[in-house]
Amino acid sequence: MPVQDFEQLFQQKIDAEVKIEPKDWMPDAYRKTNIRQISQHAHSEIVGMLPEGNWITRAPSLKRKAILLAKVQDEAGHGLYLYSAAETLGMSRDEMINDLHSGKAKYSSIFNYPTLTWADIGAIGWLVDGAAIMNQVMLCRTSYGPYARAMVRICKEESFHQRQGFESLLVLSKGTPEQKAMCQDAINRWWWPALMMFGPKDSESTNSDQSMKWKIKRKSNDELRQNFVDMIAEQVKVLGMTLPDPALKWNEERKHYDFGEINWEEFWNVVKGNGPCNKQRLEARRKAHENGRWVREAAMAHAAKLAERRKQEAA
Amino acid sequence: MPDQEKINYLLHLADTTLILSHRNSEWCGHGPVLEQDIALTNIALDLLGQSRLFYQYAAELMGNTDEDQLAYLRTEREYKNLLLAEQPNGDWGQTILRQYLYSQFQQLLFQQLVTHNDQQLCAIATKSLKETNYHVRWSSEWVIRLGDGTTESRERMLHAIDELWPYTGELFDPAAYESVADVDFTSLQQEWNKRVKLIFEEATLPVPEKIFMQQGGKTGAHTEHLGYILADLQYLQRTYPNSIW
Ligand SMILES: [Fe+2]
Ligand SMILES: [Fe+2]
Ligand SMILES: [Fe+2]
Repeated sequence: MPVQDFEQLFQQKIDAEVKIEPKDWMPDAYRKTNIRQISQHAHSEIVGMLPEGNWITRAPSLKRKAILLAKVQDEAGHGLYLYSAAETLGMSRDEMINDLHSGKAKYSSIFNYPTLTWADIGAIGWLVDGAAIMNQVMLCRTSYGPYARAMVRICKEESFHQRQGFESLLVLSKGTPEQKAMCQDAINRWWWPALMMFGPKDSESTNSDQSMKWKIKRKSNDELRQNFVDMIAEQVKVLGMTLPDPALKWNEERKHYDFGEINWEEFWNVVKGNGPCNKQRLEARRKAHENGRWVREAAMAHAAKLAERRKQEAA
Repeated sequence: MPDQEKINYLLHLADTTLILSHRNSEWCGHGPVLEQDIALTNIALDLLGQSRLFYQYAAELMGNTDEDQLAYLRTEREYKNLLLAEQPNGDWGQTILRQYLYSQFQQLLFQQLVTHNDQQLCAIATKSLKETNYHVRWSSEWVIRLGDGTTESRERMLHAIDELWPYTGELFDPAAYESVADVDFTSLQQEWNKRVKLIFEEATLPVPEKIFMQQGGKTGAHTEHLGYILADLQYLQRTYPNSIW
């Protein structure tokens, strides 16, 4: 069969909502787009452990410490599922990690912002996991089977994270004046970066059309961002806090909240590596990998010795 | 105060598990490989859970306090954890060895505490023992892997033994309040030595002999490390007193 026919069949499957599986024929660009997206997603889970990990030893109560430790551990688990999903497309975890460390592969820019106070941990759960969920609920129905299935597992935990983050802010919002101020300050700092998580505007987004046609994505960046704004604008009222956007206003005609313009200069700057923590995050990942080299080598050497001994015993 | 010894013993167990959990949790996000990052965080979570049960029970006996006041508002001199628990992470090998030496001890100790005449202590030991069995298995496998792995890993393990061995004597040198445990520490030590020797043999590592042993943790005389751990751990509660989190 000529390639065009394969491509036609492939698109028919997508249109009929049949999941694409690892052994199925797929266009090269589909494979590459999925590898790029899934590995980027995996990297985000792993790099995302760093800003939150920053508060594990300083969590203000034993209960909060346990919740935070478990949460960061969940994120490591998400990274694992996603690396495995990406590996089904023919790229090894090692290669993906090398690409992260060399700067070739990206991860979500949100994790290049610092966690300055304890309230940032609540704000990340509520806003960052919240924004991630918008995207991930959609991805539970993405066309590549292993990715969709990984997302189903991950989504359950992410919504748990979001509720825990909100609950932790709720406690601060009812606390002392210092705690209230800490809560508002964290919301002020994380709001705009959270909105940026949905990526460039649809009019500026390069890969969007093909991804929609292949049902890798099912909603546009702007649609997802609007859904998120509508959700958070309501939830923030429960906290008795405000979002740092004077333009935020319910639009009765659109049945959506209007909101102000994102600072796109900042967005592109952080993408290019100039965010407040880009260097530290990558450095921390590289260092962990480097410091772990002798451990991985020892594990392999020992496994080889064991296998050799078994062989000799059998002989 | 008839319960004072029991309270001190519970605080000793609580402090040791909390401080070791704290040390392990410092690795979270920085482990040598993702699967092991998750495994060590798991152990940190288990130990944290155990410490909370001990603090809660101590708080119940003391009255008018709670787990957080006990963990966050006591000073270096009041903390009763083992010196071993507060030792720095060092490299992965040192962290692994610290975990193994402690878990092997905890397993043998808790195997005895499960028949203790205090019901609640019994219940906590029973629940914890299941977790500890796993900690022993996981950490001993790593000791073997690293001891028997490469020349470099073996050297690193030898260094870790040098660093940590002087803190193992304290495990078996009971403080006055440990009479509550109703445990024969001499036979505990013999059994511990036997098991550690077996694992070390498989790891091709030597067991040190007749080394000077440090002590004091159980009665609040710590190494300089503990102050920094508490500064970290207690920072928010100290900065914003009387707040709810
Ligand atoms: Fe996440
Ligand atoms: Fe996640
Ligand atoms: Fe999450």
